[in-house]
Amino acid sequence: MLVKVTINGEKHEADVEPRLLLVHLIRETLRLTGTHIGCDTSHCGACTVLLDGRPVKSCTMFAVQAHGRDIMTVEGLEQDGKLHPLQEGFMAEHGLQCGYCTPGMLMTGVSFLKKNPKPSEDDIRRAISGNLCRCTGYVNIVKAIQHAAAAIQGGA
Amino acid sequence: MAPKTSPEVGGMGHSIRRKEDPRFIRGKGTYVDDVVLPSMLYLDIVRSPFAHAKIKKIDIAKATAIPGVLAVITGKDLEKYNLHWMPTLMSDTQMVLPVEKVMYQAQEVAAVLATSRYAAADGAAVVEVEYEPLPVVVDPKKALEPGAPVLRTDKKDKKDNHIWHWEWGSKADTDRAFSEADVTVKQDIYIPRIHVASIETCGCIAHFDKVNEKLTVWMTTQAPHAIRTVFALVAGHVGLAEHKIRIISPDIGGGFGGKVPVYPGYVIAVAASVLTGKPVKWIEDRMENLQADSFARDYHITAELAAKKDGTLTALRIKTLADHGYTDAAANPSKFPAGLFHVCTGSYDLKAAHVEVDGVYTNKPPGGIAYRCSFRVTEAVHTIERMADLMAHQLGVDPAEFRMKNFIKPEQFPYKSALGWEYDSGNYAGALRKAMDTIGYAELRREQEEKRKRGELMGIGISSFTEIVGAGPSKHFDILGLKMFDSCEIRIHPTGKAIARFGTKSQGQGHETTYAQILAEELGIPAKDIQVEEGDTDTAPYGLGTYASRSTPVAGAAAAIASRKILDKARKLAAHLLEAAPEDLVYEPGKFSVKGAPDRSKTIQDVAFAAYTNHPQGMEAGLEAVSYYDPPNLTYPFGSYICVVDIDKGTGEVKVRRFVAIDDCGNIINPMIVQGQVHGGLTMGLAPALYEEISYDEIGNIQGGSFIDYLLPTAVETPKWETGHTVTPSPHHPLGAKGVGESATVGAPAAIANAVVDALWHLGVRHLDIPITPQKVWRVLREKGVTE
Repeated sequence: MLVKVTINGEKHEADVEPRLLLVHLIRETLRLTGTHIGCDTSHCGACTVLLDGRPVKSCTMFAVQAHGRDIMTVEGLEQDGKLHPLQEGFMAEHGLQCGYCTPGMLMTGVSFLKKNPKPSEDDIRRAISGNLCRCTGYVNIVKAIQHAAAAIQGGA
Repeated sequence: MAPKTSPEVGGMGHSIRRKEDPRFIRGKGTYVDDVVLPSMLYLDIVRSPFAHAKIKKIDIAKATAIPGVLAVITGKDLEKYNLHWMPTLMSDTQMVLPVEKVMYQAQEVAAVLATSRYAAADGAAVVEVEYEPLPVVVDPKKALEPGAPVLRTDKKDKKDNHIWHWEWGSKADTDRAFSEADVTVKQDIYIPRIHVASIETCGCIAHFDKVNEKLTVWMTTQAPHAIRTVFALVAGHVGLAEHKIRIISPDIGGGFGGKVPVYPGYVIAVAASVLTGKPVKWIEDRMENLQADSFARDYHITAELAAKKDGTLTALRIKTLADHGYTDAAANPSKFPAGLFHVCTGSYDLKAAHVEVDGVYTNKPPGGIAYRCSFRVTEAVHTIERMADLMAHQLGVDPAEFRMKNFIKPEQFPYKSALGWEYDSGNYAGALRKAMDTIGYAELRREQEEKRKRGELMGIGISSFTEIVGAGPSKHFDILGLKMFDSCEIRIHPTGKAIARFGTKSQGQGHETTYAQILAEELGIPAKDIQVEEGDTDTAPYGLGTYASRSTPVAGAAAAIASRKILDKARKLAAHLLEAAPEDLVYEPGKFSVKGAPDRSKTIQDVAFAAYTNHPQGMEAGLEAVSYYDPPNLTYPFGSYICVVDIDKGTGEVKVRRFVAIDDCGNIINPMIVQGQVHGGLTMGLAPALYEEISYDEIGNIQGGSFIDYLLPTAVETPKWETGHTVTPSPHHPLGAKGVGESATVGAPAAIANAVVDALWHLGVRHLDIPITPQKVWRVLREKGVTE
């Protein structure tokens, strides 16, 4: 089946099997390997991307379901050589270690901060509860999101 | 301690940003599944639904009829090359693919090779295997009963399921101490099977280049060099020689011990590539990862502790059944089949101790690897810390006061334990006192008393652990004969920048940053000017890898020693440039100056340039060094953790209200990274304490084989950790450092379990095995007559 998507502002089309998972379209067909796979059951969130601005777990969607829609992956966060405040926040607050869950955390965070620009710590913890991290114990991920929220509020 | 170097140089003590982060936050890391080679094939594995069954027939016809499927590999195919069995790291044997029978549920039965990931999976789904179920042995106690089915029928002389017996310490002294004791406590403690569940699963791409006869394997491994040697030893007879094997360990999405073993999938991929001459990718999915990869723990412990009336501890006695599944595929140093479990006297000055461990076969996947822990240290710490609490409660003494009384005192170091270890340094009372002050211990005890009067359940738990890491001295430590040194090779470029390569392999610990900081500390070259590389056996010096918190104690020490070798030559070069005698120079990081004439000086960059452009006659050009560091002793990080829990009487849920962790890992390289390691370690301590367990039903069906049932803590369950540290340098490590990656995982579960039992002690509860689930607590509360 022909699937047409816009990823990180670029239009792509591909002839795919109807059963191809969106994450495999992104990673294998289009070779954007920043989006990771960590489980088969939608629990870990490593594959989170934004579909029309909303976070989805791309391992649990077919590529054809994204037909005609707008996808953003971690590779789309940096604009004109300028990092997204969340990317800055994760580096400044040591919000990542092995880096494997990080792209999914970032994408969840981007969508969350748009909806809730002044979140409490509890808000953040709930927001990222669909993304598992085995390295950081979450404390610094929370701080990284707070860091980004403050930067965005400050006009970064 | 104030850092010796400026923030621009970024030596030890500076919280510099991580060098690996810019690629990870852009999604530009290279993990194994990101690597794609031309003409690459894909492997998918058929797995057994039975825990113990004869294989009567494997029908591959339907699978090979699927477009894209090239072959189905079975044990019989591998048998032709004598590759159907392989040795484990503990010198036991493990099936690559079975010929006769399967020994655990989810065991590899056949492998499908195809041109795409989807075709391989399609093929695996239709391989038809006819099984004849055999009696299943799940419980290690039953496995040892007379008449139990003998599982390892492949071992001709094997008449039972007992693997080995191991004991340590003086039985006579211990028995005598127990007979003379005023008070003793005894407890059965089960430490269940758990799985590291790094978010990246395991996998590889094997590429055998037939023209050059060279095998390259991109592989999720924490120990690439040892793996290369293992491959050469195991597959030498089919033509693989060590100089023609290259292991590349790319970015790794978490390891925690689960990426030390050699899994059958790796070996099948290598065999498939050697046969086809094409690259073969094998990436396991999460269920395969949880169900078939090596597990941790599964220790059935009976512990006894003896004390005098005044609360002085005198002796410890432990008997343990170690459930290893169907093969002993642990990753312990070869002399120690129960790992370093005999550090179980912990932080206490015990005069006598005796430990016995028996390894047992059952119909489960191979177990006994680590879960972010140095060779069974968590099992040791959990046991002694639970027992110390039991004894304190039994004596009616506050658990903090009881620990203070029995701690090894600072002036006793180096301290020889009753089980033969020489603890390098410690100030246990200092760490506990700091933890008590931070959390407000006395006030919490008052609060608990008031709440108890009102019928509310609140508990305070302490764990004052001592770790044993940095394996290890060559006299006692090897894996398959390979001594457990580690290495660093440094090259200083003419313009004063450097590259350093190591025998270890980071899986998130931040080696690219912290190793650069060690070099910056020693050489005065800014950390940003130092490139750190690991994980490619064609370029890096040989080392045993990263696990058991050994990178800083061993490879970190190698970095310091190699740097000092560089400085020896640099001093001669500086003397040449300054026209002074080498011994007349004074060195501070990054600069040599003439004694008494500080304005006559040369920087390390000047010296590096001279090494290539203006070295004295008779001296070789270049500025390089390598160190293979053989540690004189292990290091003994320690800490005290205090946890406050509230228990919901209605649901049995345990809520961790506060958790203060005071760690002492000696001198600190990067405080930010150390704190991050502790946060992560604590969360991997919380997980088995309250949530994670892999159990089996009576016919060997796994319970907890996906993230639906195996509960990793999310940000919601994870408390806001409060961390702090004390600094007691290691006297024998060149930087005074000790290692920190696993301390919190080792120390935290006991603090949580102790807090829960503390909350329930007045009801008559003496012990709860981890994970302390709401169901377990609810049941106990109802038994004790407590209702909402």
